[in-house]
Amino acid sequence: MNGFPILSVITFLPILGMIIVLSMPKEKNREVKIATLVITILQVILAVILLANFNYSLGGINDPKSFQFVEKFRWIEIPGISWIGTFKVDYYLGVDGLSMAMVLLTAIVTFIATLSSWTINKSVKGYFALFLLLDTAMMGVFVALDFFLFYIFWELMLLPMYFLIGIWGGPRKEYAAIKFFIYTLVGSVLMLLVMIGLYFSAKETLADGSQVYTFNLLALMNPKNYTHTGLLSPLNADNIRLIAYIGLFIGFAIKIPMFPFHTWLPDAHVEAPTPISVILAGVLLKMGTYGILRISYPIFPEITRQLMWYIALFGMINIIYGALVALAQKDFKKLIAYSSVSHMGYVLLGMASLSAVGINGAIFQMFNHGTITAMLFLIVGVVYDRAHTRGIYDFGGLATQMPVYTGVVIVAFFAAIGLPSLSGFISEALVFFGAFAVTTTRTLAIISTLGILLGAAYMLWTLQRIYFGKLNEKWANMKDLDLREIVMFVPLMIIVIYLGIYPSAMLNLLHASVAHLTNFMAQHAQSFLISSL
Amino acid sequence: MNIANFSQMLSFIKPELAVSVTILVVVVFDLIFNKNKKIIPYIALLGIVVTGYYVIQQYALSGTAFPTSGKYGMVTVDAFASFFKMIVLIATLCIVIFSYYSDEIIKTQGRLGEYYTLIFGMVLGMFVMISASDLILIYLSMELMSLSSYVLAGFTKLRTRNSEAALKYLIYGAISSGLMLFGISLVYGMTGTTNLYQLNAALQGADVNLYTVGFALILIFAGIGYKISAAPFHFWTPDVYEGAPISITAYLSVASKAAGFALLMRFLKTTFVTYVDPHGSWQLFNIFDWQTLLILISVLTMTLGNFAALWQDNLKRMLAYSSIAHAGYMLLGVLVLTNKGVSAVMFYFFVYLIMNLGAFFVVMIIANKIGSENIDDYDGLGYSSPFLGVTFGIFLVSLTGLPPTAGFIGKLNLFVALLDKQMVVVAVIAVINSVVSLYYYIRVLKHMFLTKRDEKISIPVPMPAFLFILVMATTTIFFGIYFTPITSWAQNAAAILHF
Repeated sequence: MNGFPILSVITFLPILGMIIVLSMPKEKNREVKIATLVITILQVILAVILLANFNYSLGGINDPKSFQFVEKFRWIEIPGISWIGTFKVDYYLGVDGLSMAMVLLTAIVTFIATLSSWTINKSVKGYFALFLLLDTAMMGVFVALDFFLFYIFWELMLLPMYFLIGIWGGPRKEYAAIKFFIYTLVGSVLMLLVMIGLYFSAKETLADGSQVYTFNLLALMNPKNYTHTGLLSPLNADNIRLIAYIGLFIGFAIKIPMFPFHTWLPDAHVEAPTPISVILAGVLLKMGTYGILRISYPIFPEITRQLMWYIALFGMINIIYGALVALAQKDFKKLIAYSSVSHMGYVLLGMASLSAVGINGAIFQMFNHGTITAMLFLIVGVVYDRAHTRGIYDFGGLATQMPVYTGVVIVAFFAAIGLPSLSGFISEALVFFGAFAVTTTRTLAIISTLGILLGAAYMLWTLQRIYFGKLNEKWANMKDLDLREIVMFVPLMIIVIYLGIYPSAMLNLLHASVAHLTNFMAQHAQSFLISSL
Repeated sequence: MNIANFSQMLSFIKPELAVSVTILVVVVFDLIFNKNKKIIPYIALLGIVVTGYYVIQQYALSGTAFPTSGKYGMVTVDAFASFFKMIVLIATLCIVIFSYYSDEIIKTQGRLGEYYTLIFGMVLGMFVMISASDLILIYLSMELMSLSSYVLAGFTKLRTRNSEAALKYLIYGAISSGLMLFGISLVYGMTGTTNLYQLNAALQGADVNLYTVGFALILIFAGIGYKISAAPFHFWTPDVYEGAPISITAYLSVASKAAGFALLMRFLKTTFVTYVDPHGSWQLFNIFDWQTLLILISVLTMTLGNFAALWQDNLKRMLAYSSIAHAGYMLLGVLVLTNKGVSAVMFYFFVYLIMNLGAFFVVMIIANKIGSENIDDYDGLGYSSPFLGVTFGIFLVSLTGLPPTAGFIGKLNLFVALLDKQMVVVAVIAVINSVVSLYYYIRVLKHMFLTKRDEKISIPVPMPAFLFILVMATTTIFFGIYFTPITSWAQNAAAILHF
């Protein structure tokens, strides 16, 4: 893309949209919605252009040369005084296979969520302005290659999300919103400390040969860059690197959400309006695992290796615990929320194996969970819009009443269960292959397979309770999907089926980066350890 | 002392002279134009501009003047002092704007002359405090500033709270300055000097009792701690902040705190540092463990401020506790005892000035209309006055320290200074504190945006006030994204004159 700053455009396009939306007159609700829709469609188009121009053979991860669509210039530079040195922050964007998948996911899910937002009628302008701001923050997290920039985008997400849940949410929205905010902020301040610690530990050599402290993620991945006296230098005899790793990991784990930091999720999901649940499950949760893969893994390879069993253990707990709690739910949306906890467990398990197959599976699972859970939340939204209740036992026999809708439900549920020929199957299978092949995580992988069984149980049981059986007369007049709702489900269904039949479309995209990541980690886990001798 | 020498020395105190002249002009105008007090704020603005000119002119100057004995003077002028004088001056400028729109102050129209005289009395006290390098002068300047502020705290005499605030302030102030004076006398008794530079040498001559010195220093610190409202000397703060007119509350929370911090840092560096290593770390000679004391005070101050703020329903009181918490954060920059820490504190003050005064201004505009600062009266304000709601939101987010606002960069600088000295535990306590603070700041947003109210009240915002808020809010965001100029300014000015 010769010189065209496509990543900046895809990231900041929503901000432009926000300004347009804010400058519109208050009563033009329809126009506001259309403007937002246009922006998100443009974003999808840009993402497709990115994909079309993407070179599948370049790895990225720690190699600046193999990142694509790179934009890099000095954002902040404070020329040094003898006692402080130069302070610099780069505006550094770029994508590799890992982030490309997430950029695609973000663009698609945001577009779907905009369609789903059509039913919003309260303070429309404010809603879409915040929605677009959130969009920018999400996109920014996935394309930033400078820790400082990453952090800014990461935090920028909090406020719009707080208001989106808090103003447009359900009955206990205020509680849910503040809980979400505080949990996430605890995570991000831990991340902030680690970020500053890393800043003081490594020096990047600039083009002119001078050495400066750096937030550049790629430079932080190189063990040679660490200074001898740095706080998080591998030479530091204390276990400070381990502590920093755990701090950073908790920061990301809260977002995943990993047991025992998951309690904000059911509240946030239950109270949030449908489109926000879609965004939350579809994109926000992925940031946690993305952060671990992008930052924790390559910067602390030796500690990751040391802790892989624990990561897998938490993955297993997420899978089993999430599924068990989901079984016990009477609220449809809460059930889906806990199924999310369970499904993110697969991502953790796959990542923990540190094998190429497992990590491929994990990232693929991130993408699939994004699309499948988005569908599930939309499905909940459809009944809630019509019936204003989400109690699983309040329904029954909807299949006769709403055949098209039930068709969509069946595809989505089977995808969530992991039925072969749908995308969820491939990624879960890869996760298990990966985790089983590695001795450290083998036992945990075996226990985790229980999760598949439990997943099938709660999904099929729900299907039976809501859609089959005797029709509850109360809902005899419920309408089937309208055109807008069909438009919102169709792209997701196509993706789920297409990737189920032809998973290579995604795996080819990931392959180079994952191979690079695993090789690099195997190699550098050694050099980080050796340099500490 | 010859005349040439004397006039040269006068050039060191040009800003102070400008302030003094302003005071006189205000008094004279007040007497002559007895009927028309409207002109006085403009005289005040003129005084600020002239003083500002001299402060900027002084920026390149560094040295001491008015020696008592030997070559070291009572007044030190350096880039550090100029920076803080500028902060005080900007705050004063904002307060003049505050007072112009404050209903409380407008009601006392007839006494506007006194009001501005006292404000400039405070400015003079603070200017001298920032520059003082002699314990006696420090004491005098603190008294000058305090006496003016006691009167200002009870100025409007509209409510009993007002007088209560003034009296409380006076009693606490009297006790703490008494303690400080006692400390100073002990130090003088041991060393025979009150000049900070000479104290540095005198205290290094190990012929002093460590316990007595420690005791005396703690007493002196009590006086300074009272000014910056650090725990456990903070008890006056909430009551005074709640009772005083809001313009004065805002002024106390920024300007007098700035002067207090400037004094603390100069006192520490001039009196106790033997040399500064190339990394900017201060090497203190072994007489008193300042670092431990400051760590304790800082952690106590921020934790206490934040947790007490959680339960406040009155916004002025909430902002008072929040300002205590912020004093705790800023002490983080002092306790590292490095140049980096000093520049972080300076940066923070600049940011704090903007966001805190912005927040107070919005509270004042709202209080003008609805006559209350109670959080329940803010319900639904975000919808009836979206401009005030959104800008207040920006200030509160910045006070919490979230990007992309300037408050985040301020906190970042402080944490950077901390982690540079590898003080991980203190840093963790500090970040947990900022999570706690989120709760009470966001609570205001919750009332404004998440709670609906049926009756609609529209709050009039005069055009200049609108612009003032807009400028404050824009700078809060702007310096969150591009902070190079302020950081460079703070870093360049962080070198406190030290021999």
